[in-house]
Amino acid sequence: MIPSQVPAASRLTRPAGPLVIDIAGVTKLYEMGEETIHALRGVTVQIHRNEYLAIMGPSGSGKSTLMNMLGCLDTPTAGRYEFNGKSVASMIDDELADIRNREIGFVFQTFNLLPRSTALANVELPLIYAGYAPTERRARAIRALENVGLGSRLHHKPNELSGGQRQRVAIARALVNSPSIILADEPTGNLDSKTGVEIMALFEQLYEQGNTLIVVTHEEEIARHARRIVRLRDGLIESDGSVY
Amino acid sequence: MKRLLYELTESFRIAFAQIRANKMRSVLTALGVIIGIVAVTLMGTAIRGIDTGFTRSLAMLGDDVLYVQKWPWGGVEDWWNYANRPPLRPEDADKLNHIIEQSPNSLLEVAVPVCSRGNSVKAGENKVSGVFTIGTTADYGRLITADFSEGRLFNDTEAAGGRPVCVLGFDVAEALFQNRSSIDQTVMIGGHPFTVIGVVAKQGTFLGLFSFDNQAILPLEAFRKYFSVRRGAEIRVKITDKTRVAEAREELTGAMRRVRAQLPGERDNFNINEQGAFKAQLDPIKQGIALAGLFITGLSLFVGAIGIMNITFVSVKERTKEIGTRKALGARRRTILLQFLIEAVSICLIGGFVGLGLTYGLVLAVGAAFPAIPVEFSVSLVFISMAVSILTGIISGFAPAWGASRLDPVVALRYE
Repeated sequence: MIPSQVPAASRLTRPAGPLVIDIAGVTKLYEMGEETIHALRGVTVQIHRNEYLAIMGPSGSGKSTLMNMLGCLDTPTAGRYEFNGKSVASMIDDELADIRNREIGFVFQTFNLLPRSTALANVELPLIYAGYAPTERRARAIRALENVGLGSRLHHKPNELSGGQRQRVAIARALVNSPSIILADEPTGNLDSKTGVEIMALFEQLYEQGNTLIVVTHEEEIARHARRIVRLRDGLIESDGSVY
Repeated sequence: MKRLLYELTESFRIAFAQIRANKMRSVLTALGVIIGIVAVTLMGTAIRGIDTGFTRSLAMLGDDVLYVQKWPWGGVEDWWNYANRPPLRPEDADKLNHIIEQSPNSLLEVAVPVCSRGNSVKAGENKVSGVFTIGTTADYGRLITADFSEGRLFNDTEAAGGRPVCVLGFDVAEALFQNRSSIDQTVMIGGHPFTVIGVVAKQGTFLGLFSFDNQAILPLEAFRKYFSVRRGAEIRVKITDKTRVAEAREELTGAMRRVRAQLPGERDNFNINEQGAFKAQLDPIKQGIALAGLFITGLSLFVGAIGIMNITFVSVKERTKEIGTRKALGARRRTILLQFLIEAVSICLIGGFVGLGLTYGLVLAVGAAFPAIPVEFSVSLVFISMAVSILTGIISGFAPAWGASRLDPVVALRYE
């Protein structure tokens, strides 16, 4: 287990791989009754494989909108968004669903596990949508759960697990389909600080294993675990730089 | 294709987990469907029963017998045109038979005169009133489809001699002699002694109106001697080929006109009735009953369907966040649509099975308690009600499931 406050200098930084996300001049407008809200006013950002990125910003900064966009849950009003070289902006619902299924692993603040399904069944879910056969599904889900240290909790339901364990199940679920990126939205927001530290340590481990991580947070302390921080304000990128 | 199969399996798993998790709610919702299915299947059974009853009743008339009568079956509006027709005479049957014998390849086999009246029948202290008494020839045996429970019909000699013998309907014999044999017993029919030589086996009632078991059959000559034939008779004509009823009818009409010596251009002064015409009259009634019945019971199924729709809407609302999560994990619209449709269909199917079981029990109970009511439980009923259940589920679940599949994942994920 890696301690939470590793001196920045001693941390491993993996060399960036090929370009995964290419966003240029993206805007997003929402119609709220009479008003038009400019959630994003022209955001340009590139994310490569093997990056560990934090997206920060106060509420109303467009942070959530950008995250939804990165997660292919939403499409931009204008601008370019390419995921692994494919244009996402013009995709229809089901194509977006397939991208989310294969390329993106979501980790939510509220875990979002299916309450009546076991840890194993929860982790198997993305594999069902991907069309894997039951035996392979099971094998992969078990491996993913073992990878996050829950090999002995396969048949527990979420209400039989602690908060940290639930988030680990969610992380296993995000990892199980070997996605291009892991997208975590305030992953420690619903956890006590000690458990939060454990989860961030797990993220560090995943990063070292070669995963690409994007963490959306408003906590400086959490963001500092990443190697690069993108700060948003009023729908624009305020700063984008490495963490040393 | 494989993916769809896995999604379907998963959907069924979720559906049953959901039903188990919300037992009370599922039971109450299913109850609506159960009541609907019981009502519809019971109605179906009843309609089938009525149908069988009709068919059985019509078979009593015989599908190869034409009835020459003064009046047509069913009502007439211009009764005055019929009232003045001459009544049919038993002798007309003899003349008809004469014509039949002389025409080669006749489609007509034999004409049998039947005179009738109501009489009371007594044996010792026992008395049955309102017995339908008919006088006929020995050829009557060629018309009837029923068996004899004991004895036989009178023969030509007995008929021609007007011997005081009789054949009783089953109910009459039973009322007079209970379990004893009726053969060779003497009964008083309309005050005249007759010797019983046969009893017709139980036939049942005609449309529940007229009992074929409440009759007494006498030789025509005896009937003529003790009662009167002046009120007229009817002539029943057996045909040789029941697939050629229309032609036989033509031939009989011609023969009757000869008997009656009617001039060309003159309107027939008799009517030829047959089972088919009767059926034509009954069918609209039967269909009316079926339509009205199915409509009314269908309403209860409709209410059940609304219950399913409601609960599926509630289920979608409750699980909005779950829908968001599933979409984030890669569920397509189709997947979500199927999931909720299958949930609705599952409840309906469970309701359908339970309803069918209840119907089966009720049909058995009714059949045991009231053997006279023809009820039938059939395999086709099982399939039809299952199909109806599935259809109910699909129709009522579609709107909410469609809504769920169209949810914006961003909005759904944010839903609390």
